[in-house]
Amino acid sequence: MNRSFALPEFIYLLAALRWTLLLSLVAFLGGGVVGFVVAILRTTDSRILRLLTTGYIQLFQGTPVLMQLFLFYYGLAVLYDMQVDAWPAVALAFTLYAGAFLGEIWRGSIQAIPPTQWEASACLSLGYIDQLRFVILPQAMRISIPPTVGFLVQLVKSTSIAAIIGFVELTRAGQLIVNVTFQPMVVYPIVAALYFAVCWPLSQLSRSLERRIDADLGVKRHL
Amino acid sequence: MPPARRAAQGLIDAVPGTAKRTFGSGVHYVFHFNVVWDHWRDLAGGAWLTIRLSSLALVIGMALATVCAYAKAAGPGALRLIVAAYVEVIRNTPFLVQIFIIYFSLPALGIAVGANEAALAAMVVNFGAYGTEILRAGIESVPHGQIDAARALGLTRLQTFRHVVLFPALKTVFPALASQFILLMLASSVVSAISAVELTAVTNSLQSTTFRPFEFYFFATALYLAMALGFRAVLGGIYWRVFVRGRRS
Repeated sequence: MNRSFALPEFIYLLAALRWTLLLSLVAFLGGGVVGFVVAILRTTDSRILRLLTTGYIQLFQGTPVLMQLFLFYYGLAVLYDMQVDAWPAVALAFTLYAGAFLGEIWRGSIQAIPPTQWEASACLSLGYIDQLRFVILPQAMRISIPPTVGFLVQLVKSTSIAAIIGFVELTRAGQLIVNVTFQPMVVYPIVAALYFAVCWPLSQLSRSLERRIDADLGVKRHL
Repeated sequence: MPPARRAAQGLIDAVPGTAKRTFGSGVHYVFHFNVVWDHWRDLAGGAWLTIRLSSLALVIGMALATVCAYAKAAGPGALRLIVAAYVEVIRNTPFLVQIFIIYFSLPALGIAVGANEAALAAMVVNFGAYGTEILRAGIESVPHGQIDAARALGLTRLQTFRHVVLFPALKTVFPALASQFILLMLASSVVSAISAVELTAVTNSLQSTTFRPFEFYFFATALYLAMALGFRAVLGGIYWRVFVRGRRS
């Protein structure tokens, strides 16, 4: 006799959702640190640093997350001849993935600030760090918020790929439930609905923030 | 071992770090990239399926996106709502879950398909939604005066869309569409989960029979990077041919 999809199964999915959220959070925070460094380095005058960070972004944006995951999970395991736990491998892979995308988004935001702002702050005899801290970053941060929230949606969705290496988050939990209930057409739409419940508000937030910032910039343009 | 292969192996051995390398506290691992080379036919077959699936999904998905974008711009209210719902649902759920739903729902609808067809359907549905949203932005960027002018010249709504709106809209959003397509091509690695035998699935089965996961995944990752750069170059060429040179003549 098969189990059918009922409240306990739904609660199991809900419980698995927290691992999706936690993994997204870890990747976002770790990726935020990496991305910040990458964004700063990509806008410096040093050619070698720009080249290195550009290479990093190209590498991680030009290859599938799944492959990165396999390399970190199975590849590192044979390299070091030991069993790598799923958590550190998955967290590291998604951190580097998020770092590449956030680095690129924030580089764009920094470069969107008109050069006259750099020049004006240099005229006020601010050093490089002070220019960044007091003049460039506060403005760049405003522009960067909508695409950053937008990327968060992409990140939450891509954590589903960790299911393929057996990391139990929402999608993997869905697969496990399907294995015992044989009701894929019930379980997967519910899984999708749970993702939607997390991602859609974020998408809407990103959109409304973008509209508000556009409106603000529009006001400034008319002044 | 043929001389060419021996020379290649010699080169590999000569590069520090490929033959025998020490990591941390005396952990040894001997790289065998020649195992990868022995299976190049399988890998090429997998890569070819990835390329075919992605290209087909691009063409069919763009057609779907164009129809949806037109419906969203000029269709009746109910249709607009349906298209908007389609776009929002696809954009806010993971591709992997979409694949599972499509793979299991097609047989339920009485359509018997293999894994490859289900994978293609999922990729089309996914790219169609992103394409619709991107095209919509392009359509909105076309000045309204142009549409009024076209209508004043007696063009029907469809003719206006085709001749006046679509072309400049496509030109504006071409880079965004190209980026989205590259993302789709990379995301197609996920269809290995329903046993479509594209590059990732081939790599998976090879590494598990040869016990050489690092070498195979490393090589497959490099192949994906090459395909991403290749597609980027081809799309760049298409942009130049259609929108830059084509305009002048």
